[in-house]
Amino acid sequence: MTQLATEERVGPRRGLLHRLDVKGSPYLYIAPFFILFLGFGVFPLIFTAWVSLHEWSLLSEEHTWIGFGNYTKLFDDPAFWNALWNTVSIWVISTVPQLVLALVLAHILNQRLRGQTFWRMSALIPNITSVAAVAIIFSQLFGRDYGLFNWVLGLFGIDKIDWTANTWSSHVAVATMIIWRWTGYNALIYLAAMQAVPKELYDSASLDGATSFQQLRKITVPAIRPTIIFTVIISSIGGMQVLAEPLLFGGNGLTGGSDRQFQTLALYLYEVAFGRFDFGYASASSWVMFLIIVIVAAINFGIISRLRRS
Amino acid sequence: MATTLAPPPRHVSPPPTARRRMRRALRRRPGKLTYLMLTAIAFFSFFPLYWSVVVASQDNSALGKIPPPVLLGGNLWFNLKRAFTMVPFEKALINSFLVAGAITVSVVLFSTLAGFAFAKLRFRGRNVLLLSIVATMMVPTTLGIIPLYMLMAKIEWTGTIYAVIVPAMVNGFGVFFMTQYLSEAVPTELLEAGRVDGCSTIRLFWHVVLPAARPAAAVLGMLTFLTAWNDFFWPLVVLTPEDPTVQVVLSTLSAGRITDYSLALTGALIAILPLLVVFVALGKQIIGGIMQGAVKG
Repeated sequence: MTQLATEERVGPRRGLLHRLDVKGSPYLYIAPFFILFLGFGVFPLIFTAWVSLHEWSLLSEEHTWIGFGNYTKLFDDPAFWNALWNTVSIWVISTVPQLVLALVLAHILNQRLRGQTFWRMSALIPNITSVAAVAIIFSQLFGRDYGLFNWVLGLFGIDKIDWTANTWSSHVAVATMIIWRWTGYNALIYLAAMQAVPKELYDSASLDGATSFQQLRKITVPAIRPTIIFTVIISSIGGMQVLAEPLLFGGNGLTGGSDRQFQTLALYLYEVAFGRFDFGYASASSWVMFLIIVIVAAINFGIISRLRRS
Repeated sequence: MATTLAPPPRHVSPPPTARRRMRRALRRRPGKLTYLMLTAIAFFSFFPLYWSVVVASQDNSALGKIPPPVLLGGNLWFNLKRAFTMVPFEKALINSFLVAGAITVSVVLFSTLAGFAFAKLRFRGRNVLLLSIVATMMVPTTLGIIPLYMLMAKIEWTGTIYAVIVPAMVNGFGVFFMTQYLSEAVPTELLEAGRVDGCSTIRLFWHVVLPAARPAAAVLGMLTFLTAWNDFFWPLVVLTPEDPTVQVVLSTLSAGRITDYSLALTGALIAILPLLVVFVALGKQIIGGIMQGAVKG
């Protein structure tokens, strides 16, 4: 109501312009965001639905309406189910260790450390490394014949692993890239939340002889639970869209390995759209991916509200 | 646990020995084990980067040896020259700077404008619109790339950096971040006083809000630059290998059944280096920004 009060004090000649300025200008300031976001964010997403109902190829001008044809085709498509399974598998074996490690790392960082900034920076450095660079560096490290990892395993008498060749090994390799890039970032998020936990809780716990690990489990984790759930949601949304790692790991193969052993949903989408130029079919898989993400988020929210109640 | 963890009631002062113990516990610095673990973590963080320098400084025959070389070789300069002649790296670096720079300026400007409106101005639909912006942060817009590509083809922007810049010129996070910051950093009384003196809204923005927004704008700018520089999928789709960004060049370098790793990792190194410089210089602020965003987000 402050604006109304000031309006009365303004002279009558400037009144109209002034009122226009006060009433109208806020919309002017938020307009760039909404125009650009509607145009390049929302519109494409919705138009995807329209395209998905057509036989729509980049190579021809004709777009035939086929209703839900693309969707029924998708549900009978073994490559789609394979990609979905790979995505879930990579998501699980990357997210679980990543968040547990991040929690431990944040717990270690949440002390009065010497050189605090240095330790925090070294935790975050993987995250500022571009995903393409990470994928390339790790592809080299995971090389079958000359990779460092196989050499180290060899020191322990383990035979060479052809990391790209098998389902499990390729998933582990891709998950390693994700874990390396994101653990420190999540640790900083946890650290921010941990700093809001009252220090007295830890002091009296150590007086009672609680070990550091017990303090993490009994004090920290319950206190920062909302943040943990937040990171689970964020990494689920991210995990459903993993693309660069499997794409570059296979030397730019759109199929994610010779038998699609590490082709994720996003990579499959990329293959269909820009390898086969089947835009209609790719749009259908986009929308199904979107629904999957919504469902995953909804499950997460469901778990939260159940946790809140209990 | 809850009962044992509760702090001692205030009116009962703890016995002297306990108090001394407590003070010691409060003063306790982390021990050697902590630093040992931190060193291990730092090792794992830095190792892949160090490794890319090692590989980039070798020739491919050295990389084929067992055990693999773990120290620097003398081939870095040669590989750098090779990288710049085999792919248009110079163009890619310029493009990446242009793209990330333009996106950063635009995101910071538009986010500050919108943040000002949401934080300090009253208008109809304000809360609903702000809520819708928060919601957009959850929308996986990458799933709209097919129509976005068709749109870019229609306006003949495919293959140009406009196609990468324009869709990234705003984002929900930026608006939300600035709204949060400005609602605390700009005193409403100051704006009111300006109003009484006959200041228009845009002058208030220019003379009061913009100077106050500087610290948050710097943090948002850095985070935006990092993200824009590292963006991979959309530039890969819409740009060509002849006129790429740095990340697109990396995908060209790693393509093929047998990758020339000394070349590919030289490329990775070039792609990381500018951000590394920024990070070493401004890491503290970037970390602060991420942690700040986490508490508010």
